[in-house]
Amino acid sequence: MSMPDTTLEPVRGWTHRFRANPTSWLGIVLIVAVILAAVLAPHISSFDPLEQSVGDRLMAPSAEHFLGTDSFGRDVLSRLLHAARISLTIGVLSIALAMVLGSAIGVAAGYVGGWFDSMVTAILDVLLSFPTLLLGLMVVAMLGPSIENLVIAIALTELAPFARVVRAPTIVLKSRDFIEAGRALGFSDVRLVVVHIIPNLLSEVVVVASLWLATAIRTEASLSFIGLGVKPPTATWGGMIREGFENILDAPWLAVAPGIAILITVLGLNLMGDGLRDAIDPKARRD
Amino acid sequence: MLDVRSLTVEFRSGGVWHPAVRSVEFAIARNETLAVVGESGSGKSVTALAVMGLVPAASGRVAAGSSIRVDGRELVGLPEKALDEVRGNRVAMIFQEPMTALNPTMTVGEQVAESVRVHRGLGAAAAWSESQRVLDQVKIPSASKRMRDYPHQFSGGMRQRVMIAMALACQPAVLLADEPTTALDVTIQAQVLSLIEDLKKEFGLGVLFITHNLGVVALVADRVAVMYAGEIVETANVSGLFAAPLHPYTEALLASMPRVDRDISAIEPIQGNVPSIREVGVGCAFAPRCRLAQDRCSRERPPLSRIDDTRTVRCWVRGGTA
Repeated sequence: MSMPDTTLEPVRGWTHRFRANPTSWLGIVLIVAVILAAVLAPHISSFDPLEQSVGDRLMAPSAEHFLGTDSFGRDVLSRLLHAARISLTIGVLSIALAMVLGSAIGVAAGYVGGWFDSMVTAILDVLLSFPTLLLGLMVVAMLGPSIENLVIAIALTELAPFARVVRAPTIVLKSRDFIEAGRALGFSDVRLVVVHIIPNLLSEVVVVASLWLATAIRTEASLSFIGLGVKPPTATWGGMIREGFENILDAPWLAVAPGIAILITVLGLNLMGDGLRDAIDPKARRD
Repeated sequence: MLDVRSLTVEFRSGGVWHPAVRSVEFAIARNETLAVVGESGSGKSVTALAVMGLVPAASGRVAAGSSIRVDGRELVGLPEKALDEVRGNRVAMIFQEPMTALNPTMTVGEQVAESVRVHRGLGAAAAWSESQRVLDQVKIPSASKRMRDYPHQFSGGMRQRVMIAMALACQPAVLLADEPTTALDVTIQAQVLSLIEDLKKEFGLGVLFITHNLGVVALVADRVAVMYAGEIVETANVSGLFAAPLHPYTEALLASMPRVDRDISAIEPIQGNVPSIREVGVGCAFAPRCRLAQDRCSRERPPLSRIDDTRTVRCWVRGGTA
């Protein structure tokens, strides 16, 4: 191995730390597996996830139906794989929305400061004090259940952490010399924020996104479980657990299979997020 | 080129406005370096910030009646947008700390190119080649390659060169240098100073050079303004100032400077401290520390008296005698 290089560039530094961490690899393997399963769903299981077959109700796992069938005779494996598409899409979209809105709010609060900052911080504190599920429930109840509304609801519940995480470093960055130097070069506030402050916040935002993506997927599953998510017959993990619950004693695989799918996804995201966070930890970073 | 008249900058402290810079006047011509010298807290950096229109609005303001003209254009009272056009374009500034004055997430070439794009409306490709030209000009070795590097891959001296390149990218008329070499090693200091000097001659820049280092003043300045407690107390040609300081503060400053040709015991520290901006009384601000102080000095504030074409001094004792 080479000597530790004190002028190691930060980018190489954190990717190296990330790669050196075995649990972050485990996380990536799990996530990649889930994504592949979602993308390749029709090739893995040839059954239509929506096709009912009354004669084949509640079949135990077999060579034909790897995970058995549900109470409508639908293939559980097919439903599970197609549900992964829905869950991942909703999770990613809602986190993307939360990331953009939350970061914008946090940067604005930190950069503008003063009473605006105090007001935004107070509102964020209120948002953060609500349990995620309760807040999502309220929003979906107001907007009505649909995929779009679900995305909006989950985004709203997870916007506060982004705003919080981004606000503090914005305050630090805006008093840094290179921002003052940019001002002395005649750069507008918009340019200073977009070109000079936001790129410096990306590492923090990415870590929050990877950690909260897991929560987003869990929230989606919870909302679907209580019937406020995507409407049946579309397969979602939360919805499958709910349906499987009715037959939990006769056909436990109906609820267990989607439960394990959620577990794998959330675990994978958390492991990857933790790995990222440790790698980008400011204490380990030379600044 | 840069003409500053009765510049007063005030800061709010405990609900009261206190002047940090009081009726400062100076002018800088093409191809001229004015060094502003003074201790910490004498108001030299605030003066530079005021010229850039960068006095923090939350706590400070440029008082009414102040005038800062660049190429005859009044900057005081200009709206932010119009100021943005002047900043970086006609007046540019380099900072003390090259380690933190560059954006860590952008390559050096991009940062120099940015200023060109903003002010001259050049496209990305044209700005990039312009950036390379300027980086060559500030003598970055193999600039075309190094400009793809990030600031952390540059040494302090090289970063200061990049700062200078950014400042000069739009060919400003006036360059403000706020202690540009204080954070650098002595050998690098000399290189950066001679670079600034070369560029000044090449472009006919007017340079406002802020420093507390009298050795640097002797090296770079044409004229010197000595500041004390927010006021200019003496202006002189650099040779005149070192040969025959008039103001007792200048005298004391020179006497407190370590020199190779004198024993360390010959250094005379100036007793006491610079008064804070809240404590400046009615009389001469230096009176409490002045060895020539008379009764009048603590009662009345001395005017800046003109000794000859190149020299002014703010002192009751020394102002009238010559």
